[in-house]
Amino acid sequence: MKTFLTLLEREIKSFFYSPIAYVVLFYFLLLTGFNFYSGASFLNRGPTEITVVEAFFNTVIFWFPFVLIFPLITMRTYSEEFRMGTFETLTTAPVTDWQVVLSKFFGVLFFYIVLWAPSFSYFAIFQLITKQQAANASGAYYGSYLLVLLIGMFYISIGCLASALTKDQINAAVISFSAITLCFFAGLLTFVMNITDPTLKDINTYISAVEHMGDFSKGMLDTRPVVWYLSLTVLMLVLNFQVFQYRKWKS
Amino acid sequence: MIKVENLTKKYSGFTAIKDISFEVAKGEIVGFLGPNGAGKTTTMRILSGYLPATSGRASIAGFDVFEQSLEARKRIGYLPENTPLYPEMRVNEYLSYRANLKGVQGRKVKERVGDVVELCNLKEKERAIIGTLSKGQRQRVGLADALVHDPDLLILDEPTIGLDPNQIRQVRELIKNLANKRTVLISTHILPEVEIMCSRVIVIHQGQIRASDTAENLLKNHRAAGSMRIEAKTGGTDGREALLALPGVKDVTEEQDGEFSVFNLRLEANADPAEAVMNLAMLRRWNVRELARRRATLEDVFVELTHSDS
Repeated sequence: MKTFLTLLEREIKSFFYSPIAYVVLFYFLLLTGFNFYSGASFLNRGPTEITVVEAFFNTVIFWFPFVLIFPLITMRTYSEEFRMGTFETLTTAPVTDWQVVLSKFFGVLFFYIVLWAPSFSYFAIFQLITKQQAANASGAYYGSYLLVLLIGMFYISIGCLASALTKDQINAAVISFSAITLCFFAGLLTFVMNITDPTLKDINTYISAVEHMGDFSKGMLDTRPVVWYLSLTVLMLVLNFQVFQYRKWKS
Repeated sequence: MIKVENLTKKYSGFTAIKDISFEVAKGEIVGFLGPNGAGKTTTMRILSGYLPATSGRASIAGFDVFEQSLEARKRIGYLPENTPLYPEMRVNEYLSYRANLKGVQGRKVKERVGDVVELCNLKEKERAIIGTLSKGQRQRVGLADALVHDPDLLILDEPTIGLDPNQIRQVRELIKNLANKRTVLISTHILPEVEIMCSRVIVIHQGQIRASDTAENLLKNHRAAGSMRIEAKTGGTDGREALLALPGVKDVTEEQDGEFSVFNLRLEANADPAEAVMNLAMLRRWNVRELARRRATLEDVFVELTHSDS
């Protein structure tokens, strides 16, 4: 455990050593801020059933940076170690492969949570100023942020896996970007195509991040997406572990 | 301390090391010698737990490097080739991180980091960012890292490569100082280094061990027994043939230096044809300006052992 925490601490710190982290934080704040603003001004147009929380989590401006962010924050995780050769010092220290894989995953996850943390204050400030509820029930907050965390875990695990595949950060970013957008847009098929087959429709609803968010931001917590994202994350981490061992033994 | 039995490593398409076996006893400083691509780094990587062997076994202090990898790794201080470090970290920060990682107890981390910083002469650079250090300083940080958990065994892969002569001397002194209570396996292709530092030399070539002995014994027993140089006015042209006919002479080259001919004789092991050469010179009334014998160096042994079939 101590070894894991030591590794995790370095992973987290390594974000804040590089200027990328600050640039990402800045633009992410800018975009989510703008998203909140546009959501709130949409509600200003007239009476509607949508809450502020729903308006925030269900727009294109929400999903656009959301999908883009993962290649940026995961591309370095393994690639950098391969490129610098520090992979050798890392793996010849008395650490297990799982400790390394998990510390890298949770390191990115921590940064991801830091990215999202300020957005919570938007709703608090909104309520403070307007004296109105941003959501109908607190479940809407739990649901939205839980889903942000779950989808984040899945996409981060894809990004880590991509980074473990190559020693070039750019390659890692391209691989994870392609994989993540593929997963994301697979859930949008019903929006762009006229699908009538009910089974296909069901499958699409089951895997669609956008559909999930629609429910969760209303405060409707469904266990199916929870299981879906958690099991996919575990699957990706197991693959990541395999790739990690393969690269270690082949180099 | 190290026990290697029939170790083989195949990469796709070629065999890096073939069936090598050797042992290193506690307290020895062993020089691992061989040309580039001989299999030094591969062997060290297997010992450090970075690579698995294709077949054979290796153990460190009785722990199998593959089966009990964690236990073996705890006992090794490993400095990989080219000293990989995190350039964005500070020296003391990096060393504490590594100490924690290698299982140094919480309270002792500071003390150990202080010790190795002192030992590796990094006091002034303690707060420096690693990326700003010179190559020699980085090398010392790497060494400090290898030492920080006070390992029984040090495996150093070319620790002096790319350093200037002063830095080489510093690193060499450092390694010598460290050695008294530790076992050290050090790879290099700088030969004087081995003669100065190592109690034993293992020569590896094309993935196989060609010799394993003290430097003196290697010199004594190996075929490269040195050379002889004669500068003389011979007057004739058959000097080379006459010298070649002498017993113990393997090869002769001839150059002209004005009126003088300069012969370089390569000798067989333990041959000393000086007397025969003098007799020949007297018989032929050569005007000898110089007759010098050069003892075999480790370099000759090295060339002899690793040149033959490459």
